Amino acid sequence: MSAPVTIRLQTSDFDVAAETAALTRGRTDIGAVVNFVGICRGGEGEGAISALTLEHYPGMAEEEIARHANEALARWPLTGLTIIHRYGRLMPGENIMMVLTASAHRAAAFEAAQFLMDYLKTAAPFWKSEERASGARWVEATREDDAAAARWTKS
Amino acid sequence: MRVLYFAWVRERIGKAEESVEPPASAATVADLIAWLASRGEEYAHAFEKPGVIRAAIDKVHVKPETAIRGAKEIAFFPPMTGG
Repeated sequence: MSAPVTIRLQTSDFDVAAETAALTRGRTDIGAVVNFVGICRGGEGEGAISALTLEHYPGMAEEEIARHANEALARWPLTGLTIIHRYGRLMPGENIMMVLTASAHRAAAFEAAQFLMDYLKTAAPFWKSEERASGARWVEATREDDAAAARWTKS
Repeated sequence: MRVLYFAWVRERIGKAEESVEPPASAATVADLIAWLASRGEEYAHAFEKPGVIRAAIDKVHVKPETAIRGAKEIAFFPPMTGG
């Protein structure tokens, strides 16, 4: 059976258990599911984040995620893939995004989930603005994220 | 062509999108950035560090040296911070 792929961008929350059940229901070819969920951090004290706003480039965000989903499907024997990314204003503790990978065995599911996360952070057109008592500030991209994505490039 | 701005590039310029007619001498993405930066203080501020700015032509990431000929939509934005 070919791998069903679901990609959604939404302002509303998602249910990780329901998404997992939707992907695995009635299937006997899935032996491993890896689920990554990114959650809005709050922190404590004066530097605590009171809210997070995610801006995105409608159209390109979906296309860019689909390009990386297709690359993951080409590189690993996945039997299913679900990527959901929220946008808009979120509070600490709220879900930001999830990546769900399914495969016959765990290695492919783990690796594909990590590959997708590393690329989504550096290539999917989303931008985070953090609100603190001192005001709102755009999050700066980190070298660590660039390095994490670069390690998947074949030399 | 249609030009889109996101995140702090959008905030500095003060608009999310506009239609522009760059001169024929603006052949590449880098040329277009230089031309936009000359259009006013807010543009100069947004594009003060051209090396930081990322661009996409018709919703695909491109490099500064990419030719803009034939582009319908060009977007400028800071490095991405999703996930």
